[in-house]
Amino acid sequence: MYGNGYVDPENKITNSITANEDPIKLAEFESRIAAGDKIEPMDWMPAEYKKQLVRMIEQHAHSEIIGALPEGTWITRAPGFRRKLALMAKVQDEVGHGQLLYSAAETLGKSREAMTNDLITGKSKYSNVFNYPAKTWADSAVIAWLIDAGAIVNQLANSKGSYGPYCRALDRICAEESFHLKYGHDNVVFLATGTPVQRAMVQDALNRWWEPIMHFFGPPDKESIHSETLMRWKVKMGSNDDMRNMFLDMYVPKIWDLGLTLPDPNLHKNEETGRWEYTEPNWEVFKQVINGNGPCNKERLAVRRKAEENGRWVRKALAKPTEKYVTPLS
Amino acid sequence: MEFTDKHVQGLKDLLYKMADDLLIIGHRNSEWTGLGPVLEEDIAFSSMAQDKVGQSLALYEILHQLGESDPDTVAFTRNAPQFHCSQLVELPIGEYDFSLVRHFFFDHADAIRFDMLATTVVEPLQMVAKKFRGEIKYHTMHADIWMKQLGESDEAKMRIQNTINEVFPFALGMFEPSEFEAELIEAGIFDGEFALREKWLNKVVPLLESFGYTVPNAETIIPEFGGRKGQHTEHLQPLLDEMTEVFAIDPGAEW
Repeated sequence: MYGNGYVDPENKITNSITANEDPIKLAEFESRIAAGDKIEPMDWMPAEYKKQLVRMIEQHAHSEIIGALPEGTWITRAPGFRRKLALMAKVQDEVGHGQLLYSAAETLGKSREAMTNDLITGKSKYSNVFNYPAKTWADSAVIAWLIDAGAIVNQLANSKGSYGPYCRALDRICAEESFHLKYGHDNVVFLATGTPVQRAMVQDALNRWWEPIMHFFGPPDKESIHSETLMRWKVKMGSNDDMRNMFLDMYVPKIWDLGLTLPDPNLHKNEETGRWEYTEPNWEVFKQVINGNGPCNKERLAVRRKAEENGRWVRKALAKPTEKYVTPLS
Repeated sequence: MEFTDKHVQGLKDLLYKMADDLLIIGHRNSEWTGLGPVLEEDIAFSSMAQDKVGQSLALYEILHQLGESDPDTVAFTRNAPQFHCSQLVELPIGEYDFSLVRHFFFDHADAIRFDMLATTVVEPLQMVAKKFRGEIKYHTMHADIWMKQLGESDEAKMRIQNTINEVFPFALGMFEPSEFEAELIEAGIFDGEFALREKWLNKVVPLLESFGYTVPNAETIIPEFGGRKGQHTEHLQPLLDEMTEVFAIDPGAEW
């Protein structure tokens, strides 16, 4: 999982952001990106490019860490050795992705400590999808399959972006995610083809998760303030609607194949346009959840805060007062 | 030599207590996922948890070959009094110092236990013991590094020292002798809990002292026995209730 990296509607960017940049350096920077070059930490980059990337990578890292919580709950409940071992390994991977991404973001000059602090004070965001509860075992299966699938759609696109450290982290992450997807799919198949109780459980989970999954890719393009600059700089690699459409195209048929239903009677593919049509999910709910009013926002942050507080003495003991700490690169 | 019924019973008892120890400590260590003091420790505890649960599975497989139920049934349908784990492993994870000290004591014991079992006459057990040694080496290395490192800071050292004192009777409880000690030794299956305890003390006491900690006198401490005979703290049954929550919805279903 887990990061989505959609275009944030509140993230207003205009072309004036480049007004204060050296036009020669900017032109050189943009021509390198156009030629498919990767930008590395010590290279010149516009201030806004750096800012947007830090925001995006940091948000992705936080999503991995917070995302470990709803799934982690089910490690101790996983039915049988096979699932228990697989889920442990999966969630461990996610935490590892967080570590990898914090390191990638650090190359842009923000320390892991500062990012963690912004997470627990609510200043930085993480994927909205983790503000919903994982109520049953089937929820953990649906998350592992479909949320991870959604994340792969986004991350594969973003791995073709312009910032070297982020792209390399995403390449590694996507390779691991493909195993998670297999695990999640296998898990859902067992439930969907299992006993009536198992079947009902997975259908119920799917019904509850459908809206958060549709939200996952971000608001429709007509509503989001889209930045051509971010696209040109290859920070953002595709529109929210394109990503959502790609996901629907790949996964709705698989869901239907299992005899499961989705709670949207209007969901269908328009064969003429090749695009999926659906009832717009409630974007007011999305905004509410992003702004801290989802079912689990408070709980997730409280858990993270407690973990930070409980671990403070350990981190303090590791810091050697005689050693000088430097801010990361860039 | 030909195994008598008592030898087989002793072997099963030995396998059950090792497997139960590993399953329960693995389960406990996995509770750190997402909550560690630093990300790297989340990852480390999760990694060790996977090894432990995997090792328990291998031992339950041997038990299955000896006629016991399959591993899922054995692990996910028994109640606390049917478990043979030591009380040490079932205690809640507490704060990081508790989990670290438990991990240090447990893994040094297990490293020596599987070293001893690498020459057992029971071939499948010998094979897994040799395999496990390669994994446990990293677990003890991890525990040693952290115990040493935290001993270098006054506040952390005090916390760890208090925890050592608190955990030590439970750690000694790991070596509760079984009723089959004589048979196991006689048949060349296992050299026994007493021999293991001596080797363990010879390892952990000097090591802890070299990190600057003091170790309670093992001769004057009353060990927390009972776990090997199904007498557990109040913490085991809730752990098992949680662990089997989904499995119990329909034990006949394939999950």
